[in-house]
Amino acid sequence: MKAQLSKENLLKAYRKMREIREFEDRVHVEFAKGTLPGFVHLYSGEEAVAVGICEHLNDLDRIASTHRGHGHCIAKGVELEGMMAEIYGKKTGTCGGKGGSMHIADLDKGMMGANGIVGAGPPLIAGAALASKLRKDGSVGVVFFGDGASNQGTNFESMNMAVTLDLPMIFVLENNGYAESTSPKYSAKVGSDNIADRARGFGMPAVTVDGNDFFAVYEAAAEAINRARKGGGPTFIECKTMRYFGHFEGDAQTYRPKDEVKNARINDCPLKRFAAAVTSAGLVEATELEAIDKAVLDQVEKAVKAAEAAPQPDLDALMADVYVSY
Amino acid sequence: MARKIMFKDAINEAMRLEMERDESVIILGLDVAGAAGTEQARDAWGGVLGVTKGLYPLFPERVIDCPISESAYIGAAVGASACGMRAVGELMFSDFLGVCFDQLYNQAAKFRYMFGGKAVTPVTIRTMIGAGFSAAAQHSQSPYSMFAHVPGLKCIIPSNPYDAKGLLAACIEDDDPCVFFEHKALYTMKGEVPEEHYTIPLGQANVIQEGKDVTIVALARMVQFAEKAAKALAKDGIECTIIDPRTISPLDTDTIFSSVEKTGRLVVVDESYDRCGVAADIAAMVSQNVFDALKAAPQMVTAPFVPTPFAANLEAAYLPDARKIEAAVRKTMGVSNAVKMQAAAN
Repeated sequence: MKAQLSKENLLKAYRKMREIREFEDRVHVEFAKGTLPGFVHLYSGEEAVAVGICEHLNDLDRIASTHRGHGHCIAKGVELEGMMAEIYGKKTGTCGGKGGSMHIADLDKGMMGANGIVGAGPPLIAGAALASKLRKDGSVGVVFFGDGASNQGTNFESMNMAVTLDLPMIFVLENNGYAESTSPKYSAKVGSDNIADRARGFGMPAVTVDGNDFFAVYEAAAEAINRARKGGGPTFIECKTMRYFGHFEGDAQTYRPKDEVKNARINDCPLKRFAAAVTSAGLVEATELEAIDKAVLDQVEKAVKAAEAAPQPDLDALMADVYVSY
Repeated sequence: MARKIMFKDAINEAMRLEMERDESVIILGLDVAGAAGTEQARDAWGGVLGVTKGLYPLFPERVIDCPISESAYIGAAVGASACGMRAVGELMFSDFLGVCFDQLYNQAAKFRYMFGGKAVTPVTIRTMIGAGFSAAAQHSQSPYSMFAHVPGLKCIIPSNPYDAKGLLAACIEDDDPCVFFEHKALYTMKGEVPEEHYTIPLGQANVIQEGKDVTIVALARMVQFAEKAAKALAKDGIECTIIDPRTISPLDTDTIFSSVEKTGRLVVVDESYDRCGVAADIAAMVSQNVFDALKAAPQMVTAPFVPTPFAANLEAAYLPDARKIEAAVRKTMGVSNAVKMQAAAN
């Protein structure tokens, strides 16, 4: 699979993953300073999932995201500066400062929104996929959701409807091991460790992959998305991964084993694994990745500075854009 | 050319014309065609009361039978509409809105605002309201006030076939999420309806009759009861204005206020509840905005604050009717006092 990706594609995928990591790590730092309004849920550690899937998508393909949505936004092509400004609640934000971290959306990029409601995405993407099917334009809908959301009725209903209506839809379960503080071992007992086993019961192909291995995700996504584009119906992909921060920033994470994250950062980091794989195969030079690291660091620094300097929304934005017309 | 057709056929005609005009109009719901997956012919039902009957044969790809998964298919109607379609989701009974509330309340209603004005979600949800059929507490409600309470949604409540056709066409063509409430007692009501396409602007009340003494604001089936009450009152020389707002979000407050400025009296009739409902809302807005014109306290004629009962006598007692409206009007006229005073003088 590695060999099938051009060098350009490999560098692009790495850059996206690095952008997510750097963006989230920086938000973590800024949030700790108390300079950010509201609350945030960070995606660090799960980069290979968003990027491994979205590298197959174009702007006509729709995704729906979750409360932990920054990674999906970046992977789908939403501009970093706008995102950072949005998180700061500024006028220059992707949504004019009216959505915030949990509601970043960029419909022109096919990003139908991070979502504050756990399990809200599957029905919306069923609709997006239905629109794709009726338009016959070969586009697909991808819904990202967590192990917690996998227990929502909306998810079960949408799996059934995707099969019933034969929708070009991909269910991407990001199983990061914790629904807030609860393990899927407690809340999603499926007779195995794989929640994907449920999806087979709905009559769709389902796989479980190592979500920290970009290439494993990329390969599973290729098969699922190609099938959907050709009218082959929905697929369920479970990605086993790990979040490096709490459910939300400020979560003391007393439910996690000591050193779980530390060890994962050393031994199972999706970026390190990607870098090791592509450099050892001689596909990319280490210096090329280092150059990306540096460029992304600058890019995120610029986004933070721009967000800090940006004006707050004008007060007339309060009443604007509830309706198209009223 | 206008001819007399039933309320439900007017709704069917609005959908057919919209589907002919615009390929992006689709219908999602339970049994909107019917007989899916059986060996029998499709279009077996055309919706539980036959409102979508005949549309499937014309538009087989766009009339989509869904599993009984309200969250999934109402959410899909919302999602498809955010992706360039104009979906009409049929939610059988409005009592079932609870099952899929999030997809309207937190998703469709908020996309545009949350996303900084970039989202357009032209979804229409059609759903039945109304008591009077011994359908009891879970198939008789009129919960539109809950939706009018949500910024981002529009609430449409037609009272006759002409309005039903024009308002539904306007909803489907509207770029905002609309919830269209159909009173099941009106489905067989006949009225003059033009054959051709037309729309009625959302947020424009219909003044059904004008009278100098009292303004009656009534919705859906209550309009008929208000008309009956007004006839009886006219015999006693009490002249009523009857206003049908037709949509409660947006609400045509101008028409209501200017009428109350003329009459000085307000009676709001609503089949839903008195507490936190559209009747209380209209009464409060009138009190706040045209207080000086009021000659009497605004009155509300609503269902009592209880679930809809099953037994026929209890249900009859539960529903507003012409007699209750008449009594409320007389109360605003101070008629009971006048009669007492006259009796004392004699």
